[in-house]
Amino acid sequence: MAPALIVNLIVIGGPGISSFYYAFTNWNGITTPQFTGLDNFFRLVNDPDFWNAIGHNAIYMVIFMTVPLVMGLAGAFMLSRIRRGASFFRVIFFIPYLTASVVNALIWKNLLDPTYGLAAELDKIGIHWLDNVYFFGDSHLSLYSVAFVDNWHFWGFLVVLFLAAMQGVDASRYEAARLDGANAWQEFWHICLPGIRPTLTFAFMIISLWSLLGFDYPYVLTDGGPGGSSNLVALLVNQTAFEGLQAGYAAFIALMMSLLGAIFLIVFAIIRRNEDETT
Amino acid sequence: MTASNTVRPRRRRGKADSRPGGIGRTPFAYFWLTLLALFAGLPLLVLLSNSLKTAIELGENPLGLPKGFDWQNFADAWNQGGLGQGLLNSLIVVLGTVIGTWICAGLASYALSRLDLPFKRALGNYLFVIISLPVQLFLVPLFFLWSRVGLINTLPGLIIIYIAIQTPFATLLLRTFMVGIPRELDEAARIDGANEWQIATQVILPLAQPGFLTVGLVVGLASYNELLFAVTFISTPSTLPISTAFLQFSQGESQQFGLVNAAGVIMLVPVVILFLFLQRRFISGLASSGLKG
Repeated sequence: MAPALIVNLIVIGGPGISSFYYAFTNWNGITTPQFTGLDNFFRLVNDPDFWNAIGHNAIYMVIFMTVPLVMGLAGAFMLSRIRRGASFFRVIFFIPYLTASVVNALIWKNLLDPTYGLAAELDKIGIHWLDNVYFFGDSHLSLYSVAFVDNWHFWGFLVVLFLAAMQGVDASRYEAARLDGANAWQEFWHICLPGIRPTLTFAFMIISLWSLLGFDYPYVLTDGGPGGSSNLVALLVNQTAFEGLQAGYAAFIALMMSLLGAIFLIVFAIIRRNEDETT
Repeated sequence: MTASNTVRPRRRRGKADSRPGGIGRTPFAYFWLTLLALFAGLPLLVLLSNSLKTAIELGENPLGLPKGFDWQNFADAWNQGGLGQGLLNSLIVVLGTVIGTWICAGLASYALSRLDLPFKRALGNYLFVIISLPVQLFLVPLFFLWSRVGLINTLPGLIIIYIAIQTPFATLLLRTFMVGIPRELDEAARIDGANEWQIATQVILPLAQPGFLTVGLVVGLASYNELLFAVTFISTPSTLPISTAFLQFSQGESQQFGLVNAAGVIMLVPVVILFLFLQRRFISGLASSGLKG
């Protein structure tokens, strides 16, 4: 136990706890921090950059709780019903989850590039809709484009997660439903979904946490731009601390992130407890 | 008990029992699955095929198949992108992180599953909370601490951070493996006169090997792909791991898609090969980890 705890305390425990102090100072990372009480709190409340970023995190969360969830459930349910090729499909779906975010970002930069991507290919057959669409350079599109790429990489993970859970659903319940004349949709809705409910809750939990933490894809694809239009809180922390050298304020933003994360965890812990009681 | 161990027999049963009624519906399922597979797979094929095109060919034929196999991009990317150094650095980081995590998490999980430890429950809960907390909570003070003690821009500095981040998850995973090993085995060994260390290394360790392999794969993959800490803590070119070396190269040559795609292929090849050999373990490990991706 000792080595694990020592490493943990040096890297996570110590700095983590000191964050609580630095969050209430005007520290710039180099000089001695000065305690400034609630100044950072009032600054945060009036900081348009923070509200801009946290709003994007909320949009991110809504997108990720719907699109990949539906794709993951549909993919897993269909995979659980076919005989041949299930493991082949599973591998294909899962590979984007393994590939590095920096490479995935490049793939979609290439595909969505106006001169070297889909737009150029469509030009050849006379379709010019995408000619002047800059998916990552247009402030109305950037956030959604980034979320799209992140989703492309992520949904295969949900397929695998749900598939494992669906294989644990008691087969006799499907038999019974079929004898009663249920169609595929009814089997899915009335047997499969209730059968994997704990996993579904788990998926909602990690999605809500991860959309709070999202960093890689916006960082690589747009660096939060143009003009902050795809900035997320995790990027804001880095920008504030290491480009703006306002470590104290960055620590306060990070503390608020952690507080939100803790709230999510508590909410899901309560939901899980209720589930345990009902099932 | 592992995820894969418990899932496998069940799936066999499920295959025999639950599907007969669904035969008529499978063409529909295959149609949609194929569409989804194209969505997942085609972009990767574009990466591969574009990496084989010259700049001129890329302009004329952006997404189609290449005319021939032109490996020039790979040679250029390797020479200009510092990918060799990046791969070497990543190899050091991955090995260091995996071995360090094995040691830390192995000892911790043995203690949690076998020894009479004070605050056992509290420690387990602490680990669970740590896994779920944003790394941003300690990122900022850690950065300035690391720069004060000179660990910034060094690979050991990065390795220590990765070990600390991965150990809680690895400990909990290994604990579930070790709890599944019957206690009668250690008692038998104890009667034969083995001490605690011998029990840990000669009885438990060999039996928990699949757990260690899973942990190694998940942790290795995470530290190979990791971006946030790599980009924050490492900036000197000679110590960049592959992810940030690749990122710098791709941003420097932003319109040279052939060249950059070749670099991307180089970065993916080790992961994809390893995955194809050890699919099942990768999938069960990652599904149980809830790893940040």
